[in-house]
Amino acid sequence: MAAWFSKKPRISPVEAADVEALRQQPSRMQGLWAKCDACNEIIYRQEIERNWNVCPLCGHHLPWPARVRLQTLLDPGSFEEFDTELEAQDPLGFSDSKRYKDRLRTTARALGEADAFVSGMGRLEGHPVSVGAFVFEFMGGSMGSVVGEKVTRLFERAFENRCAAVVFNASGGARMQEGIFSLMQMAKTSAALARFRSVKKPYISVLLHPTTGGVAASFAWLGDVVLAEPKALIGFAGPRVIEQTIRQKLPEGFQRSEFLLEHGMVDAIVPRRELRTRLGALLSLMG
Amino acid sequence: MAQLPSFALDFERPLLDLERKIEELKTLSGSGATDFGQEIARLEKKARRLQSEIFSDLSRWQVTQLSRHPARPYFLDYIEMLFTDFFELAGDRRFAEDASIVGGWARLDGETVLVLGHQKGRNTKENMLRNFGMPRPEGYRKALRLMRLAERFGKPILTFVDTPGAYPGIGAEERGQAEAIAVNLEAMAGLTVPVISTVIGEGGSGGALAIAVANRVLMLENSIYSVISPESCSTILYRDTSKAEKAADALRLTARDLYQMKVVDELVPEPPGGAHRNPDETAESLGRVLRKHLASLRSLAPQALVEDRYAKFRAMGVFGRR
Repeated sequence: MAAWFSKKPRISPVEAADVEALRQQPSRMQGLWAKCDACNEIIYRQEIERNWNVCPLCGHHLPWPARVRLQTLLDPGSFEEFDTELEAQDPLGFSDSKRYKDRLRTTARALGEADAFVSGMGRLEGHPVSVGAFVFEFMGGSMGSVVGEKVTRLFERAFENRCAAVVFNASGGARMQEGIFSLMQMAKTSAALARFRSVKKPYISVLLHPTTGGVAASFAWLGDVVLAEPKALIGFAGPRVIEQTIRQKLPEGFQRSEFLLEHGMVDAIVPRRELRTRLGALLSLMG
Repeated sequence: MAQLPSFALDFERPLLDLERKIEELKTLSGSGATDFGQEIARLEKKARRLQSEIFSDLSRWQVTQLSRHPARPYFLDYIEMLFTDFFELAGDRRFAEDASIVGGWARLDGETVLVLGHQKGRNTKENMLRNFGMPRPEGYRKALRLMRLAERFGKPILTFVDTPGAYPGIGAEERGQAEAIAVNLEAMAGLTVPVISTVIGEGGSGGALAIAVANRVLMLENSIYSVISPESCSTILYRDTSKAEKAADALRLTARDLYQMKVVDELVPEPPGGAHRNPDETAESLGRVLRKHLASLRSLAPQALVEDRYAKFRAMGVFGRR
């Protein structure tokens, strides 16, 4: 099975006696057992993974690693990764509590990922797709030059191959450590998408928890069809920023998928277990 | 995101004090009691020296403060100083009129152009109307409507950026703030008419970029353009808004920085002391640069304009290869 398993940090088996202690813990996954964020039940970890990281008891959608998502949703063995050589640089010499360069290095080592986006070519229910997914664990899925370049190339490959594009979005937005260059990725990716439209193949954007900021405000919301997983937080500004601005508490469910569907901002909410068949249906319908 | 700017420009004060003193002496001289001519000349020389001392080496935070100076010329001021026959067009035809973005037809040297820009207010009443220059989705959708209109009539588009950012509010989210910005980015990439964007004050993140995917991006010398405001950046990184100065340095957000990083095409010089010290001279300086770029873009065919813009933004980003 894929190498991502062994690269997951903090794996330590938990005794059954620890279950009660674990119940108190905020972390989702720990050892053999995992706790569902929503129903707080302790569930055998393999059981959750077999269910595509959806809680088998309450249906809550837990984060699902990008590579597993692609491997699972695409036709077996069809995914070929591209642009693995791209590597982030530090154009501003940025540093906060840590130097950006060091942050990149330690994050890359801990996750076994070079940056926050995995992309390539594959097949989905038989349809060739130029496809990519955000690695949210990598600096909040933030978009710097590498992510922007990979997304741009994803649309360029779809253009050249005259095939559909599918992006699974989960991002806090632009990566401020790359300053203005990260902002410009919004324009770059959207321009590449504009060009791709001429081949008249579908671009399907799937919004995952969470999708906000510069990613929401560029290619993520520009899908010919925009789908969302249940209860994902999706919006321009983060809830905290809005609360600080308007100085009032936000209503329950604000900026969640269901709220967006109600306000006409997404086409459909698709439970994860239905994603493959629903995406396949769309690709087939839109040809 | 949008935090209200603080207007305390301490570094301007010594100069303003000196100038006030000179004015007083001039008034006294004028009244005929005593001739302060020599003293005035001495102080004027001192003022010039002080001005160049203060302004030759501004910190990034000082430039940030200048970019938000309440007396700085706003978009409507430039319309008055640079253009004739301005005809404002309102509304997005979907939901509302958003006065934080102003747009319409105007003439530059007799030729019709479409002008479009963020508009801030100078007092509470104006700021209520203009929402401090922070657009809601309607503002971006109006901008898009006007840009499409310009394209249909083959007229160049001149946009003027001056916003703390897109407004983070409940209604704005309900009506698709992110979607509105995204749609503009893509639409602007495909426009078949010349587009020139000038950052005249604050270029606040996606809220700025949404009207700035242009063939030429210009910045006034004391303006800023950033992915995040120094205040918000400071809150996130240092858990402290008071380190905005440090964040401004880390973000490298001044016009000069961006010109060095080749993100903007040209700096528009401001008169000594900043745009607000001499708006007419600033407008003249801006007019010269705008005319030059407009002339060079007018020679490009529609498809060439799209290609030109695409090449510009396709090249944005800094990354390595393993």
